[in-house]
Amino acid sequence: MQNAWIVATMVAVIAGVVGFFVVLRGSAFPAHAIPNGAFAGAAGAVLVGVSSLLGLGVFAVLSALGIGSLGRRGRHDVATALALVAMLACGAAFLSRTTEYAPEIFSLLFGEVLGVSTTELLPVAGLGAACLLAVAVLYRPLLLSSVMPEIAEAKGVRSDRIEIAFLIVLALATAMTVPVVGALLIFSLMIGPPAAARALTPRPGAAIALSVALALITVWAAIALSYQTNWPIGFFVGTISALAYGLGRGWNAARTHHHQLPHSATFTDASSPGSPAPPLGQRRQKRRRPI
Amino acid sequence: MGWLIEPGFFASAQVHTALVIGAAAALVSAVVGVFTVIRGQSFGGHALTDASATGGSGSLLAGVNPLLGFVVGAVTAAGAMEAIGVRHARGRDLATGIVLGASIGLASLFLYLDTTATATTGATQQILFGSIFAPAPGTVPIVAGFGAASLAIILALYRPLLLTSISGDLAAARGVPVRLVGLAYMLALALAVALSSLAIGAILSTALLIGPPATALHATRRAGRALIGAAGLGIACTWIGVLLAYDSAHWFSDGNGLPVSFFIVAVIFLAYLISDLTTHRATRRSTAAGRTGALVGDRDPRAAR
Repeated sequence: MQNAWIVATMVAVIAGVVGFFVVLRGSAFPAHAIPNGAFAGAAGAVLVGVSSLLGLGVFAVLSALGIGSLGRRGRHDVATALALVAMLACGAAFLSRTTEYAPEIFSLLFGEVLGVSTTELLPVAGLGAACLLAVAVLYRPLLLSSVMPEIAEAKGVRSDRIEIAFLIVLALATAMTVPVVGALLIFSLMIGPPAAARALTPRPGAAIALSVALALITVWAAIALSYQTNWPIGFFVGTISALAYGLGRGWNAARTHHHQLPHSATFTDASSPGSPAPPLGQRRQKRRRPI
Repeated sequence: MGWLIEPGFFASAQVHTALVIGAAAALVSAVVGVFTVIRGQSFGGHALTDASATGGSGSLLAGVNPLLGFVVGAVTAAGAMEAIGVRHARGRDLATGIVLGASIGLASLFLYLDTTATATTGATQQILFGSIFAPAPGTVPIVAGFGAASLAIILALYRPLLLTSISGDLAAARGVPVRLVGLAYMLALALAVALSSLAIGAILSTALLIGPPATALHATRRAGRALIGAAGLGIACTWIGVLLAYDSAHWFSDGNGLPVSFFIVAVIFLAYLISDLTTHRATRRSTAAGRTGALVGDRDPRAAR
């Protein structure tokens, strides 16, 4: 039980930090696709007889590279969707070659945080530290290319390289978290708390801290509730994340309603939910038309 | 021919059903999918497969017809995505993600309750991966009905839908009710996705929705031709995949082939890669010759976001 708390705390910190950039860059789809692709890798690793963490890592990075290189020309969302189904199809093929795998599928998809052993802690901690280090090194160019891609390009930041680097960080974060919270729910944790944090504060540093704090609360509450009710932890992570996002948006809407002039429009770009000042084109589109 | 088509392929009743259901799903997915690709809603289209699976696992629990669960799940999620109603692409992806996360959470609860309450261990795999070879009895007519409904919505709205998909501002200026058309389109998408993920599984549903339309849109800039091309390509990929899966039973000594979804996705992915590489080369040549403009326009990654 103690291991569960330790590992869940590490996962929440990673998800909070990496998730902030996922939300900022609008990479929700890759954040969903990479864990699912990694899941296929775990199935393959069982088939070949190597450690499932290796399979997870290899397939997560493969998915990231596939999305990055296919998306370089052509549409990002199409590239992501096709990379995702290709990985899942490989997973289905691997699964059809193994037997007696059904309970493990469930735990890889939905997580098994209560069954984490002490030997599993070390690789998770190592990969997590690597992720945080990568984000720290990439921090300034990543932030700049996410918020103002044109200015970043003008300053000599290669946005396509940043994109690939970020996808690989996402893949590392995925590989360490999938065995713990499951392929399907690391995604919720990377979207809900960071989105709520972004709605609450426009400053990047504060938003990252808040995002980590919300992710921690989400995971701890989910573990406690899951322990109490014996229901799957994923259900609580998904629900609390969605709730956090809803509250964040509600708070943001209420605040912009009160202050007609937003006090800090410096950091909010057009993508922030309920952003106070969207560009003209979007504002026009938002207006209700007579039907 | 013997090496290409293993004996008994055309005589098998299972294969007949797979070919018919697969073709129907491929047709509906391709027609709806052309608009999904143009509108940049691949994520939404994929998220609806998971949402419909949530409905499906809920229906197992409630003991009602799975198809009802699939359709209710997909339509509810589509409604929620539209209700959050963020217009620009990044925010829309986020809203889609939130709905997706919540519905996956619900699915995990339903599946947990299913497995503890009824001890159906195959439920997870059945819902997630589906099987074109083993459709539930009585599925075919219902699938055909919902497929026809989805096609009818798309064809009835063809022109305004195309206009809103290409330029929302232009459509609004022409007096097209953009939100209403968007809502009707989401309904068509939800129906198409629900029926195809029930009939052929979640993986194939996304693959057929995105792959053939994206490939066809590489080859032609005209929507009408893209629709026909995508439909033809989708059906061809499905049939080739079914054939390979049937043959694959003879490739292994234990007589168990690889899943049909693997082959169909492999063929679709290959087709997309080929079209991607050839159009890339073609655009590079035409830009080298000094002819830039419309053809290259939407390959700008920033425009695609």
